[in-house]
Amino acid sequence: MSDQPLVQATNLNIAFGHGAAAIPVVRNVSFSVGREKLAIVGESGAGKSTIGRAIMRLLPDAAKVTADTLKFRDIDLLAASERQLMELRGRRMGLIMQDPKFSLNPVITVGEQIAESWCLHHPGREGRREAKARTLAILEAVKIRDPERVAKLYPHEVSGGMGQRVMIAMMLISGPDLLIADEPTSALDVTVRLEVLKLLDDLIASRGLGLIFISHDLNLVRRFCDRVIIMYAGRVVETLAAADLDNAQHPYTRNLLASLPSIRHQRLRLPVMQRDPAWLTDGAA
Amino acid sequence: MIEVSNLTVRFAPDAPPAVNDVSFTVATGEAFGIVGESGSGKSTVLRALAGLNPHYTGTVALDGTPLLPLRERGFFKRVQMVFQDPYGSLHPRQTIQAQLLEPLYNQRLARDPNAVAAALEAVGLPLSARYRYPHQLSGGQRQRVAIARALILKPDVMLLDEPTSALDVSVQAEVLNLLSDLRAARNLTYIMVSHDLAVVAHMCDRVAVMQTGRIVDEFESGRLRDGSVSHPYSQELLAASEAYGD
Repeated sequence: MSDQPLVQATNLNIAFGHGAAAIPVVRNVSFSVGREKLAIVGESGAGKSTIGRAIMRLLPDAAKVTADTLKFRDIDLLAASERQLMELRGRRMGLIMQDPKFSLNPVITVGEQIAESWCLHHPGREGRREAKARTLAILEAVKIRDPERVAKLYPHEVSGGMGQRVMIAMMLISGPDLLIADEPTSALDVTVRLEVLKLLDDLIASRGLGLIFISHDLNLVRRFCDRVIIMYAGRVVETLAAADLDNAQHPYTRNLLASLPSIRHQRLRLPVMQRDPAWLTDGAA
Repeated sequence: MIEVSNLTVRFAPDAPPAVNDVSFTVATGEAFGIVGESGSGKSTVLRALAGLNPHYTGTVALDGTPLLPLRERGFFKRVQMVFQDPYGSLHPRQTIQAQLLEPLYNQRLARDPNAVAAALEAVGLPLSARYRYPHQLSGGQRQRVAIARALILKPDVMLLDEPTSALDVSVQAEVLNLLSDLRAARNLTYIMVSHDLAVVAHMCDRVAVMQTGRIVDEFESGRLRDGSVSHPYSQELLAASEAYGD
């Protein structure tokens, strides 16, 4: 464990649009991630996915990203050239998206897609030869039983859970330090979700990775992650250890937890969010 | 109220049935839940019930009268459906008012603007929403419009296909409360399909569990709360839902 954080962000601001018409979507967000599982939780539109994409520098030009610091290790992500970023993306940090159905190329076999990520970072004939062996090894690492066969399949021939494993394999093949997982299990059934999370957990532990887990699912995050950042309307309202979620102080977090229906406890009505305009001011956090 | 017997749906003559010999009954005023994973056939059951897929075998009876696979107009006056995705189920280029009036038109009823006002009020939307287009509303508001569209005919039965799975938890709480209130106020009968055990346990009196086209288990939802479900698959679903939840 090194003390230096993998990603450090201070006063990160992201706005879409230009000049006075720019709409801020992330405001004064600061956090750092080490080799741990950090969750970013919030409702749709809270800005959580935008942060994930900002770290990868994948936002469109219309997005204006400013920050006092936004660093991956020693590399200033805001000053980095596109060439440097290409080195980082995929190789040092990987992004796992929500739905394998839409994120995999439908006309390329999954094996080729996984190998492509290795080839991009290891050009030449040598790289290509090694890619094949590594693809099979990584498919095995994500617990796919018959890697030789599965590598030859097209995305529509694999199930949702297997597709998500393929995506994880694709991100891990180049041995990154940091994974950003954007709702990686929301499209999966509960029993499959359990397997994929378990796998992710094992891989992160055995490889000592850092994980930024973007999710709307508080209960899942509570069990799966170490720390949780709660976001509301582009702001961080609370940061706390996942185990302490029950002792959350901010009314928004408490309300979010209370509004979940429960299997074990019968309630006639679910508590409804009373949104406080004060949450939208910077002083609240 | 609703009696389904030996319902079977196939999408191709030689394909394995998507719904295989499913039978259940739902009493008046009851909320009946169907849970299962993707591909288990739960939505297919609901669509067959709603008359959206007339190619089924078996019988569906409403108040003891077996229904024709191609439903008659009067059926839709009594049974209405709410779909999962409020983005996909509203017409993007019609105002809310126009969309709420359409069921009345289909039923050869007077297109009464007061009915629109009443329906909007029932789902807690402001009257000004009638002149809006779907893109001007939030996801939760859109789902309220979809519920209002179902309610405007004053149906007895509502078929709910994952009505809150596209919504944030805070908005889900509002919509679930709305559905509970409406059921109590109008003595509605619900058949609700969901993959979320917690939502079904919260909303429904009785739950059927589907796996590969069959109902493998059926129990009072109280059995979920005290964890006494007996079928291995129900136990597996419950365990998986609780492992990273609740």
